[in-house]
Amino acid sequence: MAERNSPLGGATDRLAAVAAATGGAVTVAEVPFLTQIGVRALPSTSTAVDVNVLQLGPDEWLIVGPPGLSAASADSSAVDVSAQRTTVAMGGSRVLDLLAMGCAIDLHPRVFRVGDCAQTTMAHAPVIIWRRETGFWILVRASFAAHLADWIVDAAQEFTAGD
Amino acid sequence: MMLIPCPWCGPRDESEFHYGGQAGVAYPAEPDALSDSEWAKYLFFRENPKGPFRERWSHSAGCRRWFSLVRDTVTNEVLR
Amino acid sequence: MSQPFRTASGGLVDRGRALAFLFDGREYEGHPGDTLASALLANGVHRVSSGIRTGRPRGIFAAGVEEPNALVQIEEPFPEPMLTATTVELYDGLVARGLRGQGRLAADPDPGRYDGMYAHCDVLVIGAGPAGLAAAMVAASSGARVVVVDDQIRAGGSLLGTGEHLVWVDRVTAELEAAPEVRLLTRTTAFGYYDDNYVVAVQRRPGLPEHRARERVWRIRARRVVLATGAHERSLAFAGNDRPGVMLAGAARTYVNRYGVLPGRRAVVLTGNDSAHDAARDLAAAGVEIAAVADLRDGWAITGVAGTERVEAVTLRAPDGIERRLEADLLLVSGGWNPVGALYSQAGGRLVFDPGLAAFRPDGNCRQALEVAGAAAGSYKLGVCLAEGAAAGKRAAEAAGLVAGEIVLPAVTEPEVTPPLAVWTLPGGDPATAFVDLQRDVTVADLTRATGTGMRSAEHVKRYTTAGTAHDQGKTSGALTSGVIAELLGVEVGALGVTTFRPPFTPVSFAALAGRNRGMRFDPVRVTALHAWHEANGALFENVGQWRRPWYYPREGEDMAAAVLRECWAAREGVAMMDASTLGKIDVRGPDAAVFLDRLYTNMISTLAPGAIRYGVMCRPDGMVFDDGTVIRLAEDRFLVTTTTGNAAAVLDWMEEWLQTEWPELRVHCTSVTEQWATVALVGPDSRRVLATLAPALDVSREGFPFMTWRDTEVAGLEARVCRISFSGELAYEINVSWWDAVTLWEALLAAGAPLGITPYGTETMHVLRAEKGYPIIGQDTDGTVTPHDLGLSWAVSRKKADFLGRRSFSRTDTARPDRKQLVGLLPDAGTLLPEGSHLLTGPDETAALGHVTSSYHSAALGRTFALALVRGGRGLIGQTLWATLDDGVTPVAVTGSVLYDPEGTRRDG
Repeated sequence: MAERNSPLGGATDRLAAVAAATGGAVTVAEVPFLTQIGVRALPSTSTAVDVNVLQLGPDEWLIVGPPGLSAASADSSAVDVSAQRTTVAMGGSRVLDLLAMGCAIDLHPRVFRVGDCAQTTMAHAPVIIWRRETGFWILVRASFAAHLADWIVDAAQEFTAGD
Repeated sequence: MMLIPCPWCGPRDESEFHYGGQAGVAYPAEPDALSDSEWAKYLFFRENPKGPFRERWSHSAGCRRWFSLVRDTVTNEVLR
Repeated sequence: MSQPFRTASGGLVDRGRALAFLFDGREYEGHPGDTLASALLANGVHRVSSGIRTGRPRGIFAAGVEEPNALVQIEEPFPEPMLTATTVELYDGLVARGLRGQGRLAADPDPGRYDGMYAHCDVLVIGAGPAGLAAAMVAASSGARVVVVDDQIRAGGSLLGTGEHLVWVDRVTAELEAAPEVRLLTRTTAFGYYDDNYVVAVQRRPGLPEHRARERVWRIRARRVVLATGAHERSLAFAGNDRPGVMLAGAARTYVNRYGVLPGRRAVVLTGNDSAHDAARDLAAAGVEIAAVADLRDGWAITGVAGTERVEAVTLRAPDGIERRLEADLLLVSGGWNPVGALYSQAGGRLVFDPGLAAFRPDGNCRQALEVAGAAAGSYKLGVCLAEGAAAGKRAAEAAGLVAGEIVLPAVTEPEVTPPLAVWTLPGGDPATAFVDLQRDVTVADLTRATGTGMRSAEHVKRYTTAGTAHDQGKTSGALTSGVIAELLGVEVGALGVTTFRPPFTPVSFAALAGRNRGMRFDPVRVTALHAWHEANGALFENVGQWRRPWYYPREGEDMAAAVLRECWAAREGVAMMDASTLGKIDVRGPDAAVFLDRLYTNMISTLAPGAIRYGVMCRPDGMVFDDGTVIRLAEDRFLVTTTTGNAAAVLDWMEEWLQTEWPELRVHCTSVTEQWATVALVGPDSRRVLATLAPALDVSREGFPFMTWRDTEVAGLEARVCRISFSGELAYEINVSWWDAVTLWEALLAAGAPLGITPYGTETMHVLRAEKGYPIIGQDTDGTVTPHDLGLSWAVSRKKADFLGRRSFSRTDTARPDRKQLVGLLPDAGTLLPEGSHLLTGPDETAALGHVTSSYHSAALGRTFALALVRGGRGLIGQTLWATLDDGVTPVAVTGSVLYDPEGTRRDG
């Protein structure tokens, strides 16, 4: 099979360098090729391991799972949007400060808990922010991914280790 | 920066929303039954009150749902 | 002697370190903890600037943001205009000079970094003086999320100036800094108070390395706000009140207590309230000789101020009527204290005149979730400030559903207070030297002239005299101006009111407001999956909305015209390819999808068979074209709609609006799939051969794959959807694959097409090709006043459908009139390329325009230049000559139909 290219495939090293430069205060990496399926009615069957359902609106959900799932496994209202967005995983002790530089919503753990997700904007780009046990996943539309990655790398200068 | 209560996502900054103008201006059931001036009224004429105003908003950067609220156009308070 | 006016001890400056600075070309020294103003005073420098209109010498008048006089230009390390010496924190190597009114912007880009940060809290406390600190401590004790902002380098507020309870301040500061949910932001000025407790503040961050922001704008959303912004002292209007050496009494006290600086050797004090007596006491204790304390309440008056560059003597008239001339280098004035109500006013609150305070104070009835505590509320007793702050903090915690603990407040013994005098103008002397606004050089004489012309409102007088419009926004002059106007008009000052306060409270640099939203980060740049390839292969780019699209791909030695002609030629005569991924794509599905699209598009969609494609036009209800694109029927209940590049989000919003608000009964769902698919347009007579090579399973024959149909197949081994559509009139395909597969597809097409000279092309060539065919670009050839009929698209407007958006409007008188502007082609004289936007006239000497040029290009296929234009009654003018305006004259143009190339459509099927 031909090689696939993820939106931030060319930025892997630059993103990895953020953790080194900040002494781990901010970590960032792409999680490419996830399966993402937009659905307008929740599938009745129980979901498999590591498949999550993000509620985006009163009748709109996004199923997020590991690469290679089939949209047909959801239901007839399912739209495969796996390539529509890529995923940026972020963590580190200063990740909340970095996110607060570009995201206007309140991500304090009292307000935005593990498992919560929100559609909003980050660095002026439309995103879905999802808090996981290990940090944040930011689902960003593929065309905005390079902009967001540049923005994050630039913002992370504020957290350079040793300052 | 107003804080607008999205019924689904909760309060968000107004920059996440698109404004939809006066609420309750329905598309006429029978456009052909309207005179030109009645049709023009539907197209172009809207209230512009000083005080409470029922208006539409769309949470365009969030859930993309449309909803109506009443805002005081003097104070920007969302009344309901 | 260095710093001759520095006291031997005391103050909050670090005497162990010296900071060297240059002011007006002279070298001085100060200490960490100094402002530029306190360091200048320590060196005996009072005069800093000159009056903007009068040129009169001006000195340091205040000790904080309210300073009206001491404007300076910072020269090094980076030019910054119009700062006040009282707000510039001293640092080593500072180079500054005094300014008369206006500063000079830097000619070079600012190398500094600036950023912004959002914050959310239960309680925002603005001002870390006694009231603010008490509020913050109590709120923090509940576990509430607290943000405290204060414009000074350390917390303490007025206590820093009076030197009282500093141990308590230090302890509270340390506790707040240690509390996990508290953010104490010093050097941070809240400058804007907007709807729903949205407060914007700017933080100065000196001494950080270059890669960190030197200023940061905080955008804070607070559940509740405690305004503890204190009070500013105001002056009195008397002749000569602007001389260097005239200083607010409270400011002098601050210079002594906080900075260990004597603002002079011998002082006269002129006051109408108690606070200046405390100042006199502190100055005397520090070694300043107090020549007299003239309390207006006791019948004292001032009759003269001698000295030009600096106060030399003051003449007072005692209650017994005897005038005395007193040698003095300092005249301390206090006309009373104004609660700092600017943010309260910005928040929508009203300021009312309180005769007991002789000042305007917040009315306590603001609609926003805020309360005012301490001096900002008009409470000047320290014990009351502390208690009000603590109570405000407790209520704020309760509002967040939390319970505040008890905190220990310092014990305070309050002196008895004698009520202040509401006094504004002191009679005698030349009213043209009795200043109300030092920064704008507005005097009692100016106000007299204004009221003499009949002005009766403070707002009118402000605009006529410019009082209160300068960089200090009338902090010391606002109430005084109102007081003087009221006296002149013989009305109550409370009835006259003060002018409205607007953001920003203090000047903010554009660089700080912009933050990191500069250059490439000003607006997101959207790119396709093929962007890296375009960049690596020499494309020049064009901005289309937020997208960056390849414009053309110049080869060695080619200019734009040559490159575009070559690209056009390849598309017309061989094979060419373009990245069309930016087209908006919306998945529309549901049992009622066809009904829905019938209502949105002017033409019939429901009759489209699965497997087929139709061009469609969307109008707003007013009948004006909103967007166009293709509609692909994937199945009975499933469509893929394409939109113009710039309109994708607007079209999706449009669909949702109608579905949700007008037609909720329709079972339809819309999903953006713009980035799910990458799209490559393969164009030209040889495109079929290239596609056949890569899609062996696809019947690419004319009959097997007709125009306006689509097929799912494998192209270059990739899952692909191929559409037989054309935006150029040539045989063409649009190949859609996953975004992830775009590069693979693109490179396979390049390889397969290489023997045929396949040529990548950009948006400019796309525009030429479509214009040759008369295909309009929505937003370029239209402007929101153009119907499909105006564009010659009547064929795309259904006469069978009962209704669709826009239909009713086509029979409106205005929409149906025959002389509307219509899209036509224009053929200029030999070689002339008409500027887009050119006006079209009926004759070379006419001036009334019939319309304008919307698109204009060189055409490889036509061998000439041509244009599209919107022309009044244009289709009736075909065959006639009009005149197009050029920069330097007019040129004749022949009006033609809009389809200039292959009008019979013979090339479409190859």
